[in-house]
Amino acid sequence: MALLEIRNLHARVEEKEILKGVNLTVNAGEVHAIMGPNGSGKSTLASVLAGREDYEVTEGEVLYDGKNLLEMEPDERAREGVFLAFQYPVELPGVNMATFLREALKAVREHRGLPPLSPAEFMKLLKEKAELVGLDPSLKQRSVNEGFSGGEKKRSEIFQLALLEPRLAILDETDSGLDIDALRAVADGVNKLRAPDRAFVIITHYQRLLNYIVPDYVHVMVNGRIVRSGDKTLALELEEKGYDWIKEEVGLVA
Amino acid sequence: MSDTAYLHQIAQSEYKYGFETDIEVEKAPPGLSEEVIHYISDRRGEPDWMREWRLRAFRYFMSLLERYEETYPRWAHLKYPDIDFQAISYYAAPQRKPRYKSLDEVDPKILETFRKLGIPLDEQMRLAGVAVDAVMDSVSVATTFKEELAKHGIIFCSMGEAIENYPELVKKYLGSVVPYTDNFFAALNSAVFSDGSFVYVPKGVRCPLELSTYFRINTPGTGQFERTLIIADEGSYVSYLEGCTAPMRDEHQLHAAVVELIALKDAEIKYSTVQNWYPGDAEGKGGVYNFVTKRGICLGENSKISWTQLETGSAITWKYPSVILKGDNSVGEFYSVAFTKGYQQADTGTKMIHLGRNTRSTIISKGIAAGYSNNSYRGLVKVARTAENARNFSQCDSMLLGDKCGAHTFPYIEIENPTARVEHEATTSKIGEDQIFYCQQRGLSEETAIKLIVNGFCKEVLAQLPMEFAMEAQKLLAIELEGSVG
Repeated sequence: MALLEIRNLHARVEEKEILKGVNLTVNAGEVHAIMGPNGSGKSTLASVLAGREDYEVTEGEVLYDGKNLLEMEPDERAREGVFLAFQYPVELPGVNMATFLREALKAVREHRGLPPLSPAEFMKLLKEKAELVGLDPSLKQRSVNEGFSGGEKKRSEIFQLALLEPRLAILDETDSGLDIDALRAVADGVNKLRAPDRAFVIITHYQRLLNYIVPDYVHVMVNGRIVRSGDKTLALELEEKGYDWIKEEVGLVA
Repeated sequence: MSDTAYLHQIAQSEYKYGFETDIEVEKAPPGLSEEVIHYISDRRGEPDWMREWRLRAFRYFMSLLERYEETYPRWAHLKYPDIDFQAISYYAAPQRKPRYKSLDEVDPKILETFRKLGIPLDEQMRLAGVAVDAVMDSVSVATTFKEELAKHGIIFCSMGEAIENYPELVKKYLGSVVPYTDNFFAALNSAVFSDGSFVYVPKGVRCPLELSTYFRINTPGTGQFERTLIIADEGSYVSYLEGCTAPMRDEHQLHAAVVELIALKDAEIKYSTVQNWYPGDAEGKGGVYNFVTKRGICLGENSKISWTQLETGSAITWKYPSVILKGDNSVGEFYSVAFTKGYQQADTGTKMIHLGRNTRSTIISKGIAAGYSNNSYRGLVKVARTAENARNFSQCDSMLLGDKCGAHTFPYIEIENPTARVEHEATTSKIGEDQIFYCQQRGLSEETAIKLIVNGFCKEVLAQLPMEFAMEAQKLLAIELEGSVG
């Protein structure tokens, strides 16, 4: 059974239809990249999968582990193992990072039938995961994302991913706003987290990130639909020829 | 044996062991007149000077009542029906007879809150007004506490006892910070005050324990018109806790207390309040009106007074704990979290009056509004001509949970000395849906998300509370947030 199956997904926000029939199948252990021009609906897809309220699904279905994902509340989806690394992680002033993550981990573990970790075990785990993804240890003591630089925010997202051990990790333009070093650090972290029971859906505008996180499949989204799929060479072709080429190929250029 | 069965046993045994014999509940007939003042003074066995003190205040209050339309304070951002002052009974004998025979008779919602707050059974009984067997631990704990204080010469007793045993101190300081002419409710309180706390800490003594109204024993339940006076002599320190997290139900609607703090040279008074008066039913009816005048004076140089409060109850909260910074180098602080929901209204804040030289004040106020409530911060920072080098920092933040509630800020700044440095920051925010969604995406329910975010918002203030109080306060805030979302 596929981990994630998206069938003919249509969604709109504020009366405007953005997703116009997305189809995608992701199996555990795979890394899929979704690329596309601005406005193609990539981030919308991520938001809909995470369960953001503003987006209304008008048609289609999404099965996660055979279950109806769209019927689940956002926090339920998260506890089931769906993780979204946000493009613009929001700040939570005064909410201590460690406290926040302890609550999150508790919720996820409880859902999995596991007892909560003792404070000592938890602190050890935090330290371990921070080292794994190369997160500056002092960030753990601060308020969630408060005063973090762009790079620090992205790294903090990957850190949380490492801690919560999701089965489906969606990275929404995790590379945007990062310089080469930060990019490599983030990619490094992601690569360390690849596992046979985990799938990644990496949404990106540029091919660059895919030099470091090598995908198994590449999909191109244009105008709310996935119009072309291939392997990593497709990304290189796009880089060379641009999005207009794809648009022409699928007959979307006026 | 079940808890209830145990309680039945205890409650019945109180009669067997000859518990207090005062069966009749004495109450003065409703209405305010000179006779009532005499009645109050008589019942309390007060000396003549105290009676005169009350009468002066009473006459002044009556003069205000006569010109009610002009004199009744209406500037607050509050709406409520007129209070009929002639319909209130101004004296009730201290309730020695317990109100309930068992916890079974107490409002189950109150018991539920007790349970969630982790309040031990015997304290639940005492708080609910259930009879407590003299043999139980709570009384012996209070006795040990009093012994400890006596060792240091610290006086902590009821106002009634203080008037009788320490008249010089009372005469000297009562009304020195809040004279009866100060405001409408101070006048009323001065005439009819029921009881309250009196604290005196001698020179150089650092009070080793947090003083809490819990240990004042004697009169269970709080009075309608409480009067508290705390004096910290030179070089002393005291931390005083008022209130408790348990919801306080009272048949009296109006609570008009007066609290006066006096800090002499090099002394420090820390006054913390966690108040959870009954806010009224789902329609907002029957809640407590909490109109309080609280003021401290930093009389001596280098003295310090700080007010910390978490207000989550009452139908209406109207209070401005203030500090008069008279002594040079004195410091005043105000930390507050005011949480309103349902139909509650709060108009609360502080006044920092800078008179001496090199005085400093800090104001951190967090207002959270939910439901249909209205939450206003009103503050005054006044720097007099004589106040050289005054410094103030104010941070007033409001947070709205939902879109039917209101948060307002009314800051007043009056500066009469050019060397003053006054900083004011104010923010109003609505908990962002983005923030809640972020938390949800990490597996947290919407309720947990709001609790975390609101806690983060209030952190600076709650951190000022003495530790156990702080933990109770956090729990209380969490309970109050439940079901107030949306």
